[in-house]
Amino acid sequence: MKALVSALAGALFGLGLLVSGMTDTTKVQGWLDITGAWDPTLAFVLGGAILPMLLAWRIAARRRVAVLGDAIPKMPEQIVDARLIGGSAMFGTGWALVGFCPGPALASLGWSGLPGASFVAAMLAGMVGYQVLQRRRMTALA
Amino acid sequence: MAFGLIPTDWIWGLAGGLMIGAAAALLLLFNGRILGASGILARLTDGSLTRNGSETLPFLAALIGAPALAVALSGGATTQVTGNYALLITGGLLVGFGALMANGCTSGHGVCGMSRFSLRSIVSTVIYLGFGMAAYFVAAYGIGVL
Repeated sequence: MKALVSALAGALFGLGLLVSGMTDTTKVQGWLDITGAWDPTLAFVLGGAILPMLLAWRIAARRRVAVLGDAIPKMPEQIVDARLIGGSAMFGTGWALVGFCPGPALASLGWSGLPGASFVAAMLAGMVGYQVLQRRRMTALA
Repeated sequence: MAFGLIPTDWIWGLAGGLMIGAAAALLLLFNGRILGASGILARLTDGSLTRNGSETLPFLAALIGAPALAVALSGGATTQVTGNYALLITGGLLVGFGALMANGCTSGHGVCGMSRFSLRSIVSTVIYLGFGMAAYFVAAYGIGVL
């Protein structure tokens, strides 16, 4: 059942990214191009996506347990540190260079060809790089 | 009345955004999971698939398959992705490494975190938007690679 919900959520997420225009890298870069022909579409996408989630978090606060039995994730400890800021800065810079963040890069793999696949491969390599560094840090601390 | 004055792209953006939010709400309320694209993708390589594979793999397969099918059925699409491989590789590495370092990306922090008023998510979103705009400006108008 959780597998089915995961598939439904993945499909709806991917189709939403397609419908909203976020799989088009030039539209995303148009949003970042504030001194040029600025394209505000992304604000409508983000606003539209936040609306159902405002409601979902209100429902979740009353339930504490999800419909299929797992706990609702707790609010993480609110630490604003160099990792959060540095990681976000790197993420934003990479996002601007291509116009892809992880969701749209995956959603358009079906037609983005070798350039799209190369971006996803590099993104996975970046993730593995971070995971390796983290594991080393953990062993150094232990 | 003034509906005709609103650009069609904004309406599609809002409609698609509502679908993205509905997907995140579905995953949260039924499975108790945060819809964060980078976090879910990172499960492929962190050795946790034996535990969460039955959720991770259907999600990723549908995320890639559903839009691919929709595009194929509607007669195919052309991609606007750059053909500059130096940009693709640099951008991909920064996005992958940065998203894990910040514990989230546009979907995890931007949609799921901001909607629960998480300070970390709000800070992250402000910073990646700011750096994204600054990096675009430097790359496009300073260096001239975009």
